[in-house]
Amino acid sequence: MELKTPLYDVHVEEGGKIVPFAGYLLPVQYGTGVIKEHMAVRTACGMFDVSHMGEVMFTGETALDTLNHLMTNDFTDMPVGKVRYSVMCNENGGCIDDLIVYKFGEQEYFVVVNAANKDKDYAHMAKNLLPGTSAEDISDSMAEIALQGPKAPDILAELLDEDSIPQKYYTVVRSAVIDGMDCIISRTGYTGELGYEIFTANENAARLWKLLRETGEKYGLIPCGLGARDTLRLEAGMPLYGHEMDEVISPFEASLNFGVKMQKDDFIGKKALIERGEPKKIRVGLEVTGRGIVREHQDVYAGDVKIGVTTSGTHCPYLGKAVAMALVDVEYSAEGTELEADVRGRRIRCKVVPYVFYKRQKKTV
Amino acid sequence: MSNILDGLKYSKTHEWVSDDDGLISLGLTDFAQEELGDIVFVNLPEEGDSIVAGEAFADVESVKAVSDVYSPVTGVVAQINEELLDNPALINEAPYDAWFVKVSDVEDSEDLLTAGEYADFCKSEKE
Repeated sequence: MELKTPLYDVHVEEGGKIVPFAGYLLPVQYGTGVIKEHMAVRTACGMFDVSHMGEVMFTGETALDTLNHLMTNDFTDMPVGKVRYSVMCNENGGCIDDLIVYKFGEQEYFVVVNAANKDKDYAHMAKNLLPGTSAEDISDSMAEIALQGPKAPDILAELLDEDSIPQKYYTVVRSAVIDGMDCIISRTGYTGELGYEIFTANENAARLWKLLRETGEKYGLIPCGLGARDTLRLEAGMPLYGHEMDEVISPFEASLNFGVKMQKDDFIGKKALIERGEPKKIRVGLEVTGRGIVREHQDVYAGDVKIGVTTSGTHCPYLGKAVAMALVDVEYSAEGTELEADVRGRRIRCKVVPYVFYKRQKKTV
Repeated sequence: MSNILDGLKYSKTHEWVSDDDGLISLGLTDFAQEELGDIVFVNLPEEGDSIVAGEAFADVESVKAVSDVYSPVTGVVAQINEELLDNPALINEAPYDAWFVKVSDVEDSEDLLTAGEYADFCKSEKE
């Protein structure tokens, strides 16, 4: 039986098409459709219910050491108010999950994990805590709304003082108050666009949603579902757990080197990652140059030789072309390499390109 | 509630069929396009191809997924709608104008539904 987020009734009211996802009933799209939702985020603003995500609080004198032990990234030099991406590996160097870590205080960290993984993540975390750290799964009491798009700062500016809005990418304001509602606001997201993720208690969720929706209306804000969330992250080249990485694929194979600090003393999976050596296969971007759309789990060929498999793929609404991500043999990973994907028995031509297909143009002052 | 035109016949796989003096046009119903969402790519057969009742003759890709389009008739593809190849969104915008193929030499047809029967069928699918 799927769970409902505290915004379920709002989605039904908004005309969301509800589907089961990661154990929750969530809207895959609203009446306007995936393409319009996608474009709203690229050109104005979109809002998403991401209350299904998991949240774990780490506290205690050794909280930092515990995180450095559990995660591949290094949090040692991280200032309070910063947010950092990481992978959490198993002993074999495969990925248990990817997640983000917020530093609230010297002994207090807030960790956001994928919905589908939260139970196994929490079990793994609880088992590997160092003495002096406690971890609490607070997922069930927290709602999360993502506000994403170039107009997101204007919308928040109508509701909050500048001090309560995180000004830099991957920073957080822990104690913002929107119309009496306590919120955690980070400048993070999963769309490749400027935006925020806002956490609040379940009981505030519907009121916060409606307030953001009304405030954003004149900026072109519309609600967006899981469909647009997926096309947006794919267009921006962001990995999705269960697609670009899993318990077998290493973070190096998934091209997540920036989130792995091998110079760190030790962490779970480090030994295995050393033993595995240089990756033999690696995540690349594919631009579809033939006619068609390449989806996930499609074999990739160089001539007659199968050299990999796609992990995600779709038609990108903003770029107006089909792209995919694939795990391919490193010999075939150079930019410009011509490959083919087997799409239901038909070969479609593709070319290796950087997997960040879309990059936001930063405003020049 | 999706739009269903009187005067057309319908299949249980959500294709519409119109008969113009033995030349049969096939397309996707409004119900089908609503279920599929934004259509971004279409694969059509070629003129002269044989198509068989109950078998896929085309596929459409929405942002989310690929779906087969089934032929309710057996015959030969006389014309394809090339406009759809360049602008698949026409299927969403005007499903009953967006014919996929016109079929000649029709030998066989599935039992098709009238507009009223198809409306009832869609209702039962929604439940």
